[in-house]
Amino acid sequence: MDKTIPAVIKKYNGDETRLMDILIDIQAELGYLSDATIARIAKTLNIPQVDVEQTVSFYHFFAREPRGRYTVYLNDSVVAQFHGRAAVVRAFEEAAGCAFGQVSPDGCIGLFDTACIGMSDQEPAALINDVVFTSLTPAWAREIVAGLRAGKTVAELQGDRLGDGQNAHPLVHAMVCNHIRRRGSMVFDDYQPGAALRRVVALSSSEVIAQVKAASVRGRGGAGFPTGMKWEFARKAPGDVKYIFCNADEGEPGTFKDRVILTELPQLVFEGMAIAGYAVGARQGILYIRNEYRYLRAYLEQVLSDMRANNLLGPLIVGQAGFNFEIKIQYGAGAYVCGEESALIESAEGKRGEPRDRPPFPVEKGYLQRPTVVNNVETLCSVVKVILNGPEWYNNLGTAESKGTKVLSVSGDCEWPGIYEVVWGFSVNDILKMVGARDVQAVQVGGPSGACIAPKEFNRILAYEDLATGGSLIIIGRQRDLLPEVVLNFARFFRDESCGSCVPCRALTGMAQIVLEKIIAGRGTPTDLDRLSAWSAIMKRNRCGLGQTALNPIVTTLKNFRGLYDQRIKAGDDRFEPAFDLAAAVRDYDRAVAGT
Amino acid sequence: MPKKIIATASLAGCFGCHMSFLDIDERLLDLIELVEFDKSPFNDLKEFSRACDIGLIEGGCCNDENVHTLINFRQRCRVLVAVGECAIMGGLPSLRNVIPLQECLAEAYLHGPTVAGGATPNVIPHDPDLPKILDRVYPCHEIVKMDYFLPGCPPRADLIWDALVALVTGQELKWPYATFKFD
Repeated sequence: MDKTIPAVIKKYNGDETRLMDILIDIQAELGYLSDATIARIAKTLNIPQVDVEQTVSFYHFFAREPRGRYTVYLNDSVVAQFHGRAAVVRAFEEAAGCAFGQVSPDGCIGLFDTACIGMSDQEPAALINDVVFTSLTPAWAREIVAGLRAGKTVAELQGDRLGDGQNAHPLVHAMVCNHIRRRGSMVFDDYQPGAALRRVVALSSSEVIAQVKAASVRGRGGAGFPTGMKWEFARKAPGDVKYIFCNADEGEPGTFKDRVILTELPQLVFEGMAIAGYAVGARQGILYIRNEYRYLRAYLEQVLSDMRANNLLGPLIVGQAGFNFEIKIQYGAGAYVCGEESALIESAEGKRGEPRDRPPFPVEKGYLQRPTVVNNVETLCSVVKVILNGPEWYNNLGTAESKGTKVLSVSGDCEWPGIYEVVWGFSVNDILKMVGARDVQAVQVGGPSGACIAPKEFNRILAYEDLATGGSLIIIGRQRDLLPEVVLNFARFFRDESCGSCVPCRALTGMAQIVLEKIIAGRGTPTDLDRLSAWSAIMKRNRCGLGQTALNPIVTTLKNFRGLYDQRIKAGDDRFEPAFDLAAAVRDYDRAVAGT
Repeated sequence: MPKKIIATASLAGCFGCHMSFLDIDERLLDLIELVEFDKSPFNDLKEFSRACDIGLIEGGCCNDENVHTLINFRQRCRVLVAVGECAIMGGLPSLRNVIPLQECLAEAYLHGPTVAGGATPNVIPHDPDLPKILDRVYPCHEIVKMDYFLPGCPPRADLIWDALVALVTGQELKWPYATFKFD
């Protein structure tokens, strides 16, 4: 410990804005971040200890106490539950000799729940010391624990299991599968590395923005903000230091498209960032990627250095004077809210990932208070293709307000979960047919923050003008008990992931979960349903998208599956709370006085 | 217009909300033109004599007697209002909710530093005439449906007055921002 902390901090030049990297590296060395470690970090960086504690306590991959020599983070998303997670949990617990949330008595194995790790097409999945294990079974879970106890490494336990495509690349070496089921004409089409960068230097920066505007490229993260307009704001913002961020934090449960794009086409994404840099006048790009995808780090670094070697990154890109652009990779540490652009920026500055008040918007004052563009992975891919093929080509794809293609992450109850690139305008029915889904009860469009829709709406189309989506579709079969198996899981997710900054979000995500549990237990009242609906209006006052949409799982199922709620509600006189049990409430007292 | 009938009770509260009610001062004279009091500490009526229009509840529920009183109020009152922090969220008494009841009672009656050692062994009070302590302090709405909530510790007299006038006259209550701004 004596040498690790100063060495890591020195590596980052004692820069407190690199606190995330510092903590990640130190934890990798020391296993966890003890109070003494935190004090030492604060002292070495010369910042208040509480600042370090704030950041550490915010992210769930930062451990304040030992989490075992081997730490199993088992995804507890809805889709993992669908695919037999409960049995895998039991197997891990029995084999390790401890419950989830604990470390085995010998200190060897720690078992922890974690939110969706972006493997919804191959669940149940877990991260064990940064190595991804997919499609886990109870037998395999027991084998893993026994192997680790017997002194095998995680890599040995992975063995020769390797996924398709670049997952088998020696620097990735993961058992993760891409499952690209349908290649569209944009992202997963033929791609010539460097061609777009050579093309772009023939244009002025304003011409590049004009092309992106003419193509009506919109942000693919879900909100659909016009990309050209965002770039123009940043270009016109005063200052000569500007930043381009690629948002690869995809934490929305059920979403995994960015993982596949970054596995197969990282250079396409990096070129998109360089083009954005050229257009905006930025010389530094940062790929903010979620910690769950850290298994890609050696590979991504290699792609970046190959690009530098090929003059596609660094100074004088493709020989063009004045075109200088560098990219660095910033890892998160487990926080869904960091997908929100201003929270992502805060996180990249080494702080808690709490969304900022806006205005000022990041395009005016973003990373380190400089003008900053934050674009989704897929948005940046679109831009490269617009530069190569022209705005007219792009405009011919899609619907009136949604141009181009969308990469969908499909998971849940269907035959072929995976990645589908479709032009905007497909109906939900079209997609269900394509993915081999039968007997569907509901589809969760756009993840928990989106909408849970019923079959009567399956003729709606995926487009910004109808069902806007960041690209995740979770298919929920008839056999699922929607409220306990899906809605409650999402409600817990939002309670866990709320950053706590806005009171409505902090309080109501917890209260909504309590009320939902009460309804599921058959002790809900009509007033509870009114209350849930009323709260959703209050939630619109929260600062960020997480808070504004956190009750959507409840609100949209109340709208589309009202019958499921009504059948659990006690009808009649609701002046008295059925959930209150006086006999149970005095039991502790009776026990306490029994002996006296 | 016939006078509205009001009942009030203090459960696990400190009577501060009732005191704040009295702080409407000379408006009490206006109030008794509009309302009559039934069961309430103000007139020391221990039992309900009729159905009431409005019930004002101070305090949450910390024992079974509170629960019975609250349920009785819900049965007798058309509109039930949670007055003040304790009724709304449990308030100060609910600070014990993070400590198991057994530990609380042991500290208070058996082992606490202020428990004097005497000839007889210390006991946790229990007697058929004493209310039983609940496992935790409950806000009123977890036991019966509450129709309205008046925030504050205590709610200011003006707020209580305005709310009563609104309830009695059937007009909408205007809630200025300052009503909720406690910092």
